[in-house]
Amino acid sequence: MNAVRRYLGNGIVQAFLVLVGLVWMTPLAGLFLSSLRSAEDTAKGGWWTALASPGQLSLDNYSALLGNSGITRAFWNTVLISVPTTVLVVVVGALAGYAFAWLDFPGREPVFLVVVALLVVPVQIGLLPVAKLFGQLGLFGTIPGVVLFHVAYGLPFAVFLLRNYFAEMPKEMLEAARMDGGDEWRIFTRLVLPVGKPAIASLAIFQFLWVWNDMLVALLFADSSSQPLTVELQSQIRQFGSNIDVLAPGAFLSLVVPVVVFFAFQRHFVQGVMAGSVK
Amino acid sequence: MTTSTPVKEASPPAAPGPAPLRRPRRRRAAVALLFVLPALLLLGALVVYPVLFSVGRSLFDASGTRFVGGDNYTEMFRDPATLKAIRNTAIWVVVAPTLLTGLGLILAVLVEKVRWATAFKLLLFMPMAVSFLAAGIIFRLAYDHDPDKGVLNAAVTGVHDAFAGTSSYPGARARDGRDGALVEEADGSYRTGAGVSPGDTVALGLVGVGPDDLPSGAKAAYGAAGRDAADDEVRGVVYLDFTPGGGGEQGRVDRSESGLPEMTVEAVRDGRTVASTTTGDDGSFRFAGLADGSYTVRLPASNFAPPYEGVSWLGPALVTPAIIGAYLWIWTGFAMVLIGAGLSSLPRDALEAARMDGANEWQIFRRITVPLLAPVLTVVFITLVINVMKVFDLVYIIAPGPVQEDATVLATQMWLVSFGGGNNQGLGSALGVLLLLLVVPAMVFNVRRFKRSQR
Repeated sequence: MNAVRRYLGNGIVQAFLVLVGLVWMTPLAGLFLSSLRSAEDTAKGGWWTALASPGQLSLDNYSALLGNSGITRAFWNTVLISVPTTVLVVVVGALAGYAFAWLDFPGREPVFLVVVALLVVPVQIGLLPVAKLFGQLGLFGTIPGVVLFHVAYGLPFAVFLLRNYFAEMPKEMLEAARMDGGDEWRIFTRLVLPVGKPAIASLAIFQFLWVWNDMLVALLFADSSSQPLTVELQSQIRQFGSNIDVLAPGAFLSLVVPVVVFFAFQRHFVQGVMAGSVK
Repeated sequence: MTTSTPVKEASPPAAPGPAPLRRPRRRRAAVALLFVLPALLLLGALVVYPVLFSVGRSLFDASGTRFVGGDNYTEMFRDPATLKAIRNTAIWVVVAPTLLTGLGLILAVLVEKVRWATAFKLLLFMPMAVSFLAAGIIFRLAYDHDPDKGVLNAAVTGVHDAFAGTSSYPGARARDGRDGALVEEADGSYRTGAGVSPGDTVALGLVGVGPDDLPSGAKAAYGAAGRDAADDEVRGVVYLDFTPGGGGEQGRVDRSESGLPEMTVEAVRDGRTVASTTTGDDGSFRFAGLADGSYTVRLPASNFAPPYEGVSWLGPALVTPAIIGAYLWIWTGFAMVLIGAGLSSLPRDALEAARMDGANEWQIFRRITVPLLAPVLTVVFITLVINVMKVFDLVYIIAPGPVQEDATVLATQMWLVSFGGGNNQGLGSALGVLLLLLVVPAMVFNVRRFKRSQR
């Protein structure tokens, strides 16, 4: 009797979760199907009509997108912003993380507490002052400007995560390396970085996705020649989906990279996000 | 692996090792500074300095020339637009994290019971990798008012029409300017002009129905129009008074003219509806068993009502809940995975013992799982609160231009005021500082938690 009830209960649970899963898939499926339909078909009916008549689907929108120089340039700008940002955050963050974990310098502990406090500072507060600063330095409207801003606001989390990870290394390991006469740079590159690989991977993936997906920072700091895909697409949004044949494939193009990265490195990504909770 | 206070152990007095190998203290501090310098420079110039600058700037007026003290902060609560933003942010902060934590908890508990848990978790977590911009475009599309574009309204109108029925003839009307059988009432219904008595047959002609709008089963009305009524009944047809291909006489049921099926017809006596029926495929109807007297036959307005248009998701009233819905799509997986991780670290013994004692699943959930999970739930909730406060892209993208001001939150308002035409950097800075002040509790929480972990 109990077994029957449990079996039935499990069936209900399964059905419920399948339903939730379908609901979660629908928005992406809708975007994908919309991206494959012509403007005329879109004007006639919703994307779901394509399920009944798959003849509507074609790659025409995508070939048009590749011929759209605004979109392709924005795509490369996104790459040129996210890759250097990720590298810089990892390098600068690892250097500082190591110093905070194992090197001695005056004020180390209070300064690290400030870094912890900076974890939750909203980027909004930096927009206006940094825009003025970059204006004076000639960085406003350039890719390096966007990168620097992202690096600065990615650093608290990077330093926090890596310092905590490095601090878990066995002390004896470092002592031994120091005793062998290795200088700190050698220890950092030959010992600390290899040991820290898992944390660095999580950080890099998390940071990459964060910057790839950013719109707000680039909306302010990038000009029309340096703007990434998110800003380019945002500028093309018009009243109620009148140009869905551009927006949908564009949005799909912008999300295909992060989703592939997500599936390829899902464990690292999940760990990065979990470590970053309360960020 | 030693986790005990590496901060202290690494300090020089405690460091063991032969004296000759130890480098001079000052030299080591210099090396350490080289390691931290890039990070400190960037953080100092682009994070710490801007915070101080914003605090100072918020005390000056729009152009930055006149010191106004706290005026920008009082202005924030007087200006209707910023006040709206504060209210909306409050709604976001209360509703979104609560729903997300609840939903995450339920799903985390349920997903443990199925074998495909990993696949499910991946699917729900995936939106975290999608940009707010892409999510915004997705949901703009999903929330589109036109049921031929927006999937939500397609579903809503589908369900509505299945239960409430469609009004079949939105454009139908009687011919104008004829003293014909039908008179239009103020509410949009039509009634017979002259009285109808049992034994009568009436022909109610309408126009304004396109050939494509006729139901596929509609049949010619001619046969039914010629049938006689018994003494205690009123018979009739509702027909399309239009002969395809021309010809035919107005006000008469011609051979090729079609009946209008599924039309609601009422018999009214002394202002009261005494009988009601629907027309058949040939447009015929029949009221049987009527007492003697004079009736009017009425076609209620519901036959002609415009079609149901679904919910205005992105209208002023629902725009914030709608955007929160999109936010749930993105963040539920996060809450579920984090809570799931906490769940898997719960002591199995406690749960098993409770099961042995005959507790049912609900009791176990309520009395054991939730209390044990409280610390994890707190962390998830706080993380979500911090993120929700800063929500920008979704609101900026999803809310259509005219309702932006109904959907506005602190982050979008700060943007609009500072850069988007408002150009009041004093008020903008004050809004930025407000955002910062709101996350100060989280800041304290983080610092405390870190200090505790170091003890």
